[in-house]
Amino acid sequence: MDLQSSLQVVLPEIILAVAGVAMLMIAAFVGDKASRLVSIVGVSVLTAVAIITAFQMTGDTLGREAFGGQIRADAFAGFAKILAIVAAIVTLVVSPAFFERVAKMRAEFPILIVFAVLGMSIMVSARDLISFYVGLELNSLAAYVMASFLRDDDRSTEAGVKYFVLGGLASGILLFGMSLLYGFSGGTSYEAVRLAGMDGGSIGYVFGLTFVLVGLAFKISAVPFHMWTPDVYEGAPTPTTGFFATAPKVAAVAVLARITVEAFGSQLTAWQPIVITAALLSILWGALGAIGQTNIKRLLAYSSINNIGFLLIGLATGTLAGVSAMLVYLAIYVAMVAGSFVAVMMLKDADGMPVEDIDAIKGLSKTRPMIALALMMLMFSLAGIPPLFGFWGKFVVFQAAVQADLIILAAIGIAASVIGAYYYIKIVKLMYFDEPADVITGKSETSYGVVLAICALVISPLGYLLTIPLGDWADRAAAALTAFV
Amino acid sequence: MDGFPILSLMLLVPLVAAIACLLVDAKLARMIALVATLIDLALGVVLWLNFDIGGAQWQFTERQELFAGFSYALGIDGIALVLIALSVFLMPICILASWESITTRVGEYMAAFLIMELLMIGVFCAQDLFLFYIFFEAGLIPMYLIIGVWGGANRIYASYKFFLYTLLGSVLMLIAMLWMVNVAGTTDIPTLMQYDFAADAQTWLWLAFFASFAVKMPMWPVHTWLPDAHVQAPTAGSVILAGVLLKMGGYGFIRFSLPMFPDASAQFAMLIYVLSVIAVIATSLIALVQQDMKKLIAYSSVAHMAIVTVGLFAFNPQGLEGAMILMLSHGLVSGALFLCVGVIYDRLHTREIDRYGGLSINMPYYAVFFLLFTMASIGLPGTSGFVGEFLSLAGIWQVSAWVTAAATTGIILGAGYMLYLYRRVAFGTQRNEDAAAMPDLNAREWIMLAPIATAVLWMGVYPESFLAPMRQDIAALDARLERVTPDYDSNATAGEGRPAANAMPHVEAGEAH
Repeated sequence: MDLQSSLQVVLPEIILAVAGVAMLMIAAFVGDKASRLVSIVGVSVLTAVAIITAFQMTGDTLGREAFGGQIRADAFAGFAKILAIVAAIVTLVVSPAFFERVAKMRAEFPILIVFAVLGMSIMVSARDLISFYVGLELNSLAAYVMASFLRDDDRSTEAGVKYFVLGGLASGILLFGMSLLYGFSGGTSYEAVRLAGMDGGSIGYVFGLTFVLVGLAFKISAVPFHMWTPDVYEGAPTPTTGFFATAPKVAAVAVLARITVEAFGSQLTAWQPIVITAALLSILWGALGAIGQTNIKRLLAYSSINNIGFLLIGLATGTLAGVSAMLVYLAIYVAMVAGSFVAVMMLKDADGMPVEDIDAIKGLSKTRPMIALALMMLMFSLAGIPPLFGFWGKFVVFQAAVQADLIILAAIGIAASVIGAYYYIKIVKLMYFDEPADVITGKSETSYGVVLAICALVISPLGYLLTIPLGDWADRAAAALTAFV
Repeated sequence: MDGFPILSLMLLVPLVAAIACLLVDAKLARMIALVATLIDLALGVVLWLNFDIGGAQWQFTERQELFAGFSYALGIDGIALVLIALSVFLMPICILASWESITTRVGEYMAAFLIMELLMIGVFCAQDLFLFYIFFEAGLIPMYLIIGVWGGANRIYASYKFFLYTLLGSVLMLIAMLWMVNVAGTTDIPTLMQYDFAADAQTWLWLAFFASFAVKMPMWPVHTWLPDAHVQAPTAGSVILAGVLLKMGGYGFIRFSLPMFPDASAQFAMLIYVLSVIAVIATSLIALVQQDMKKLIAYSSVAHMAIVTVGLFAFNPQGLEGAMILMLSHGLVSGALFLCVGVIYDRLHTREIDRYGGLSINMPYYAVFFLLFTMASIGLPGTSGFVGEFLSLAGIWQVSAWVTAAATTGIILGAGYMLYLYRRVAFGTQRNEDAAAMPDLNAREWIMLAPIATAVLWMGVYPESFLAPMRQDIAALDARLERVTPDYDSNATAGEGRPAANAMPHVEAGEAH
């Protein structure tokens, strides 16, 4: 429990913090000329941190505690961290080309990403409400700036302000819930909260629990707390949107799982209805809301709301298998969403300006066959059609739900997924059945193509080769989480 | 043949060919597709010849454990064998049918068809529940593209309808499958076929599977996707749709619903009868007034498949055998009828019945083939349609005379709309000059139609060839259904017992002559 061992446990976070400050110094003294260099440094640091985390994970599933139990680097935290880092690396790889096109590349962008990842890695390994909140806010502050990164663009600034105001509201609700929990359990550690809930919990405790869940529902954009999502996703620069849809979602979903299982594990009957309601509403609203959209980024925003619903079905089971299924889904979700956003970034008009109008992709299969093929695979995968890998995510989640006897939930959820399939196949229809609109003529960088190809490969039937290692890691992670209950 | 993975090879050939088709130009893609489907046909013949009739129930089994309880388990019984034979038989014909009519994106088109072939064979030989589901569901993607990219004017609406209807049906089945595996603890289909689920659970499971198979079949009132999809699909797409895809619904009933949920099947038998009888009468009447040839044949498909469901739920060997033969027969006959439509559509580019007339004058060979398939569709003795319809109705007669009477009207109406169609297209005066100038069948079209005509006559004259591999499996299924057989207003005398399963073929072989 001495300081040295604590520092060893948080080594990844220390590296991220030091590297972030160092990158800031480079940026401050060299200026925006260094933005490529800073990006490269960022990718290397994140890769290094991912490797260290992977080594930490191979040891004891439960990992080690630091700072008197505030932080625990267990297999669950490791899983979430690696996933978030992978998503961040994808953003770093594709963002310079995007911002350079509009002459807005600044060295701060990679730095913000590194700090956001630092925040996430604190929040997923926190086992105390305070350290969790610190991580969450660090992540959010970086995200607000990233949303309004195109300072001269009205939509981008609007997105940033909207995100900031609503994010602040959510944080307030979260903090209010935390203060109630502290008041009714006498401690801020998850352990204390769990023990206080053992005897059924008082009414104030349940209020606190509800407020915390509402605050987190804002962060993961679960219905009915999703309304900021389409606006922010549409307005923010596309690399930022892609980042928002992946890394912070991973972290927030992981935190939600950790809090519900570790802190509220004894209160299943209190939070299960909330999670089930949010899950079904998210699936339905995410599917229905997407139908009328004409902006492809808004559409992907609704798609991510829809996917959150499926993730929550895994969580709603409250079982080890359910959490493990949710993590598997999360990993596949990251590959699908990252791929979709990279594909969207590759849609450029003759001047190289990004195109977001959904009608512009008409006939893409004739003008850009490879992008169209990849996007088609991603869409069918998001719709959960076998043999694409997205099916596996839905499969494990619904399997867990059926095993936990939530058959009605599973049946309604999967029937609602058919509504979602409508707009996924609509994109395929636009690309394959319609005549070319000849809008998308601009060339894209090789880096985009490489990332898209990797994502497409992961979600192709070849992805099933990953099921065994992925399942193992997810099981270990889930076991770490449920070990204390 | 022991240990040689012939089923895997049959899956691998179209997969490799599909990938190759994506990479080469149009001419080569056509050739690759044809060669690959012919190889699969040859393998199918080898499979049939090596199938040990009366031997083990499951033959050519392969098993490889995969992840998370999944296993790559293949194997066929007689029922699967004949359906696989049907698929590999129709595939080269489909490729030939698209030889000239498909000119855009030929490589992708051929690849989509080859993937379809892979998935169809996979559905019939999968022995793992989830492997079956993957094959069953994955067919949506190529079929969606085939209808949407190469279809007719209203193709987008048809492709949406096809995709969403069938998806909704099958996702509910997935939940039921998950529950079954959770309870029974195995994904092995042969084991599940012997597993007795609790009676009240069977009701729900049966309904979930019904949701999927009824859409695929298609049964009234969820048949509406079929006419749209058929009319808009290219000729070969229609052939595959009618020939094999619809059989997946019937296969699902005979492989899953009946053996796995016998109590629920008996409980819902009346529902099936009512829906089927409505389908037979309603869709036959609708077919009578169609102006579009493909739509007419599509509605006739719904009517024929309704007789299949009646036969399946007769719970006796005649009904089951009749349903199977009728499925095979319908696969050949409606496929051939769609090809016949395709032949004249390629020449005149319209499916409007009134635009033709008197074709027997300028296209005599065509008229002969068309007549043969029309008669087979009506169920004339000597053709495959008779054997299937007669056996199915003989089966249901033992359960309910009223249902039999109502279902039989379908055959009368069927004769009505098919003969009416034939008269308007082939007989009468040559009303339209352009139709009168159409040339008769060319060599390619001969090669397409002649084998089907042979098969139709063979099945009509000597159905034993096709019944023999299935007999043992149908007897096993009948034994499982023994205790639940419903008896509504049957005229069969109690105590006499049923005719033995193997007594039937001689009877109908005699009548067929």
